[in-house]
Amino acid sequence: MSLLNALFILATAFVVVFLEAAFGGFRRLTGVQLDLLPPLMVYASLSGGVVTISLLALLGGLLFDSLSLNPLGVSVLPLMLVGMIIYSSRDLILKRQRFAQVVLGLGASAAAPVLSLILLLTTGRKPLLGWATLWQLGVMSLGGALATPVCFLLFAKLERSLVHSRAPETSFRADREIRRGRL
Amino acid sequence: MLLTLIILNLPSQTTARLKLGVGSLFLPLVGLTQSAHQLAGKTADAVLPRKEILRQNEILRRENQELRLQAAVAEGTERENAHLRQLFGWQQRQRHHLRLANVILREPSNWWRAIEIDLGSRDGMTTNRPVLSADGSLVGRIAYVRLTRSQVVLLGDPNVHVAALVENETRDMGVIGASGPRNDGLVELGYLSKNVTLKPGQTVRTSGQGGIFPPDILIGQVVDSQPIEYGFGTVARVKLAAKLDALEEVWVVSE
Repeated sequence: MSLLNALFILATAFVVVFLEAAFGGFRRLTGVQLDLLPPLMVYASLSGGVVTISLLALLGGLLFDSLSLNPLGVSVLPLMLVGMIIYSSRDLILKRQRFAQVVLGLGASAAAPVLSLILLLTTGRKPLLGWATLWQLGVMSLGGALATPVCFLLFAKLERSLVHSRAPETSFRADREIRRGRL
Repeated sequence: MLLTLIILNLPSQTTARLKLGVGSLFLPLVGLTQSAHQLAGKTADAVLPRKEILRQNEILRRENQELRLQAAVAEGTERENAHLRQLFGWQQRQRHHLRLANVILREPSNWWRAIEIDLGSRDGMTTNRPVLSADGSLVGRIAYVRLTRSQVVLLGDPNVHVAALVENETRDMGVIGASGPRNDGLVELGYLSKNVTLKPGQTVRTSGQGGIFPPDILIGQVVDSQPIEYGFGTVARVKLAAKLDALEEVWVVSE
């Protein structure tokens, strides 16, 4: 993974957090605000290294908490944990398979908010919880599951258009050319 | 991970400053969004036909005349009220000024209720100022102030408690507390005595107790009530007058 790709991920995290706070169309429709940082973390942990995962968790979590009533730093640990779990078993994951991406997105988008809520309750905060929280977690998980393959597609396209890829070597060699005569 | 644990255990003042610093990174994007909104508004105005503009202008002129007349009548009533208060030796009511603010951001998580407005410390904003909707009903209070923006916690959030009064014969008093995680415009009115006579549709206003919210601001209407704690108290559900998920402009009460 190139440095440019890591920068793309961090820049996307910055924009994604802002969009979550600036546009509430989906929230008005379903009563739930989607969190797109877990799908981004799935992509980062399958295609990046530990540094990218740590930077995404730290930057994404701090940016998210700075616009939220969350205590600063609460969203960092869940993101980090999700990223490291996927990273530790990424050799066993078929990362190009859409199904694998969807399942990982579903799991990450369910785990990250649950871990955040546990942390909030541990630090003595009283977030709004009830039966409707299950609905919110369900919608967040499904939204995250659908967003993960889109995330992979977008980054693949971005990488194709902006990152220089080495031209594949041709098997043709002038000294190995077979010259045919008349017969 | 160690860094996160350090941040979580920092003193609250340091964390608040750090939060303000990190949040200020979004300043260019906020400016960009506001410029885009303004541009969209200007474009819409530019394509509006002249006939429609003249029609709207005429409606606004008439409305303005009516409001001027109402203001003149209200001024007379206010003078009379102040005179009567002086005669009876009642304390004069403090007058409040209002400042209009635009809603620029909303809480990104699902377990808090908050918005951000485009007035900050450079506009004279301070914490705990009451915030009202465009039609004058209570919305919440300012929790954090940045240089150019302020974070407002909304009614229904666990961090907002409002002393409220029900407009019925017994003028029952209670406290508006948290709502459920679903934003359906309903909040709980708790700490009511067991003998309350609540009926659906009764108006709930701020009582003025608690020192943050001035009295007589509309909160909403009673939907239903039920006894709690084995009949030792009552809790009511109140439908908020302000539509919290559709706020675009709000009034901030200043002294």
